Amino acid sequence: MQVPAPFEYERATSVDQAIGLLERLGSSARLVAGGHSLLPMMKLRLANFEYLIDINPLHSELGYIRLGDDEVRIGAMTRHRELLESEILADVFPIFRDAEKVIADPIVRNRGTLGGSLCQADPSEDLSAVCTTLDASCVIRGTAGERVVTMEEFHVGPYETAVQDNEILTEIRIPRKNFRAGSAYAKVERRAGDWAVVSAGAAVWLDDGRIVDARVGLAAVGPNTTGIPEISAALRGNEPSEDLFQLAGAIAARSCDPSTDTRGSADYKRHLADELTRRTLRTAVERARS
Amino acid sequence: MTTVHEPSQAKITEFEDNDQKPVGFGRMLRKEDARLLRGRGRFVDDVQLPGMLHLAILRSPFAHATIVSIDTSAAEASPGVKAVVTGETLKGLGLAWMPTLSNDVQAVLATDKVRFQGQEVAFVVAEDRYKARDALELIDVEYDVLDPVVDVRKALEPDAPIIRTDLEGKTNNHVFDWETGDEAETDAVFARADVIVKEDIVYPRVHPAPMETCGSVADFDPVEGKLKLWSTTQAPHAHRTLYAIVAGLPEHKIQVIAPDIGGGFGNKVPIYPGYVLSIVGSIVTGKPVKWMEDRSENLISTGFARDYIMRAEIAATAEGKILGIRTNVLADHGAFNGTAAPVKYPAGFFGVFTGSYDLEAAHCKMTAVYTNKAPGGVAYACSFRITEAVYLVERIVDALAYELAMDPAELRLKNFIQPEQFPYATKTGWVYDSGDYEPTMRLAMEMAGYDELRKEQAEKRARGELMGIGISFFTEAVGAGPRKDMDILGLGMADGCELRIHPTGKAVVRLSVKTQGQGHETTFAQIIAEELGIPPDDIDVVHGDTDNTPFGLGTYGSRSTPVSGAAAALVARKVRDKAKLIASAMLEVSVADIDWVKGSFQVKGDPGKAVTIQEIAFKAHGAGDLPEGIEGGLEAQICYNPSNLTYPHGAYICVVDIDPGTAEVKVRRFIAVDDCGTRINPMIIEGQVHGGLTDGVGMALMEMISFDEDGNCLGASLMDYLIPTALEVPDWETGFTVTPSPHHPIGAKGIGESATVGSPPAIVNAVVDALKPFGIRHADMPLTPSRVWDAMRGQATPPI
Ligand SMILES: Cc1cc2nc3c(=O)[nH]c(=O)nc-3n(C[C@H](O)[C@H](O)[C@H](O)COP(=O)(O)OP(=O)(O)OC[C@H]3O[C@@H](n4cnc5c(N)ncnc54)[C@H](O)[C@@H]3O)c2cc1C
Repeated sequence: MQVPAPFEYERATSVDQAIGLLERLGSSARLVAGGHSLLPMMKLRLANFEYLIDINPLHSELGYIRLGDDEVRIGAMTRHRELLESEILADVFPIFRDAEKVIADPIVRNRGTLGGSLCQADPSEDLSAVCTTLDASCVIRGTAGERVVTMEEFHVGPYETAVQDNEILTEIRIPRKNFRAGSAYAKVERRAGDWAVVSAGAAVWLDDGRIVDARVGLAAVGPNTTGIPEISAALRGNEPSEDLFQLAGAIAARSCDPSTDTRGSADYKRHLADELTRRTLRTAVERARS
Repeated sequence: MTTVHEPSQAKITEFEDNDQKPVGFGRMLRKEDARLLRGRGRFVDDVQLPGMLHLAILRSPFAHATIVSIDTSAAEASPGVKAVVTGETLKGLGLAWMPTLSNDVQAVLATDKVRFQGQEVAFVVAEDRYKARDALELIDVEYDVLDPVVDVRKALEPDAPIIRTDLEGKTNNHVFDWETGDEAETDAVFARADVIVKEDIVYPRVHPAPMETCGSVADFDPVEGKLKLWSTTQAPHAHRTLYAIVAGLPEHKIQVIAPDIGGGFGNKVPIYPGYVLSIVGSIVTGKPVKWMEDRSENLISTGFARDYIMRAEIAATAEGKILGIRTNVLADHGAFNGTAAPVKYPAGFFGVFTGSYDLEAAHCKMTAVYTNKAPGGVAYACSFRITEAVYLVERIVDALAYELAMDPAELRLKNFIQPEQFPYATKTGWVYDSGDYEPTMRLAMEMAGYDELRKEQAEKRARGELMGIGISFFTEAVGAGPRKDMDILGLGMADGCELRIHPTGKAVVRLSVKTQGQGHETTFAQIIAEELGIPPDDIDVVHGDTDNTPFGLGTYGSRSTPVSGAAAALVARKVRDKAKLIASAMLEVSVADIDWVKGSFQVKGDPGKAVTIQEIAFKAHGAGDLPEGIEGGLEAQICYNPSNLTYPHGAYICVVDIDPGTAEVKVRRFIAVDDCGTRINPMIIEGQVHGGLTDGVGMALMEMISFDEDGNCLGASLMDYLIPTALEVPDWETGFTVTPSPHHPIGAKGIGESATVGSPPAIVNAVVDALKPFGIRHADMPLTPSRVWDAMRGQATPPI
């Protein structure tokens, strides 16, 4: 049995109380949500914290999926499983269900959260790629109140986010556009439940058969999950076609910065960025049309 | 001799039969499952003793480094710590080194230097496992880092760092050279061959990764001088004798208990330093001490498997008659030669690399070297290196089929050893006991719909889709072994067995072998049941405790049924012989006038006059005289020395689809037809096959223990070392033929490892077959998407 170093543990009773504890304990404390990223690191003693503040009691406060006219709001404590099973989400942003089907396994999905996934800021994190694809913004709360940042601002570097030691991520907001929307996600993994070799998400918005906007987000091909503005620029205003997807794939391959590791060679990952970009765009367009 | 059965359709109806409990062979639910499935099993980590302390091991972060100094003072002062022990302390006790199973030595705790990442350097005993683990952080070791030998191909270069400076006069990293077959004869057949195909084939280092990691609880009683050791061992008796030799404790004062074991696969054959350390810990503290390694420790430090780099060459006529095979192997044995194999077989049973084919000549040359990697070898359900041998021959035969543009099934059928050639002496000195290969192969092809599959493949190829069909046909050699040839550190590989029938006709059978999940409590009860007609539920199977079982060498290499299974059948027959004498007295007829009809002796021609085995058992213990010369009681014991190994065989066919865009491999179908001779419990056999096939998918597609250039192990967790899940495997299609072993009392052969041995080549052959349009003749495991993509672009590289 792998055992972590000693730590003290407290259950949060409210968001504000949790923030108060963080304020007091500083960098010696960490929030624990699903624990599926934090606890393995602590057991391997790659991470040692003196205090853990358990925010699972805040699930009732921060676990929700709310559909508004111009945005979808998802609480940070919403679990993978809830994202997987949400019909509302599958209806407006099917990319979530696509992604959740290939994230980890049921045991991890029962506990792991959207907030934990984003805050972990692992370059291979699938939900970060999903949120990047959907141009989400993140609501961060501290003693001074709330601030809202874009995904680009949120991810400062690998395993590093804009969330300060005394802050908590409370919500993700995803804009809805008044067009026919379609989205999709695809992942290549060595085995079910493994982290991505590469994954890609795509979202398109069509008006009168033309692409008014499109976004592609990639995971595991660089220091952070990567959104690619050049692809959006290349697609906007055009009618979807295989040639266009091919162009987008080529841009994806050359814009990313993968490295060779046990999951695969950099060349292969670049190839996948291309291949998966084309596949997800194709599916997203099909979905937007139907 | 062969009976061919229809493929078994494992449908719901069959599972209903499982409850019918045959009195003898047949499907029945496993007796041990009620306990295991309800959480009532008792594993080593469940052992709790009053006052028990916990041991944690400090391991080397470096692959190769001199130990300059170790400061344990802070750890000793840490709360709850009872003892901190280093190699220097062990040296004082003469315990710093211990023999390995291959007559090498291995450090129990490093004294001079560390030789692989994860090697044991010191240990802490504390009140609980948390305090023990925390104190490890406080041990200050100063290392002087040395260049490691990581690339096995460079291990023998003149300027390679010398790893085994502990061995006097050692000036290189050479372990042994080994040779089998006839070189001149082989060269001669190669010289007159029409076709020669050569391939470099790597079988990468993999790990058995049993669900339960290794561990022990040592309880040394200083008053009685008795040591009780609960440990995760597949071979309790062999371990006890070795502890007696290593630790100098008298053997009768050592009791080794292997309780329920959560998977072994060969990983629990060796004696690991941790076991010895728990004994030292208990002696030093005077308290029971538990050591239970964590997952990373298990993966980085315990017995690995494979790690062979093989150059294979096959010679044949233009018509596809195989003439000979020769091979040159470079074997990576890690830092200590910890190979578990009979001593005369440093390369295990690799000599069976001639496979199932009738060849004119064969030759193998092997060199084994030390590297700065964990020791071990010959673990992981490999029947002593037959996994490597079967992979070699089945891969190179496929390469030959490619070169000859011949169907791989046809090529195999053309070269099989024929039924009338058995017993068949191979060119490398093995005598195959029995086999009838063609019906097995034909059944697999029929189940697969082979011709249809080839048609489908042709259509798909025309559309640019990648579908592959892979075949492997294997012959195994299991049941080590005849004591004239086979011993482990001088201990002959014969197995004892004791059977006692209680007065009421219930029975207890005591075995030397030890199940780690194979279902011995059921299989052995069924063997006795078949011989004596006592229902399996009335037979208690005792195993795993050296104080309560006869001597024998344990469970590995699929040897339990071939060796101990024979012992069980024969001991039951001994009991039956005695029962017959008592029955004749009870029936008042001569022994010549009674017949055994399963479960009772009957008077010939008068079935109404009979006594059951239960009645005989009561008589044997009851009042009144027994016939002259017959002692009371109904029991017997035996020690069985097998006259030969048994040679199971099988035909496997795998169908894969490869996504041409992502190079992901999907195993769509897998057909496994196994012939393990007489089938005792078909359900258990199928379970063993399902598990082994899953292992095969893991090795072929994802498993590999790799190292970076500094010798850091890159497979130190199950996030890094992937093992397959239910999602990677298809619905297994199993079938069987029955070719009994002529020398085994019930005709049974081993089955435990067949599927692990036989499946990797079928899967790799299928992937290579799918890649045929790219002109690919070989690609090495593990066939991860990235490596398959490389192959598709003609850039396949060996994994090491
Ligand atoms: C076996 C396994 C397989 C996995 N496979 C995948 C996969 O395929 N794809 C994938 O994307 N992920 C995978 N994961 C990761 C999984 O999705 C995790 O659940 C997720 O990364 C973290 O979510 P969590 O709620 O468990 O976070 P935790 O582990 O609890 O926390 C992670 C980090 O985020 C911080 N944090 C958590 N919540 C907040 C908050 N609201 N505000 C501020 N900081 C916060 C914590 O302090 C910690 O630093 C896998 C995990 C495991 C164990």
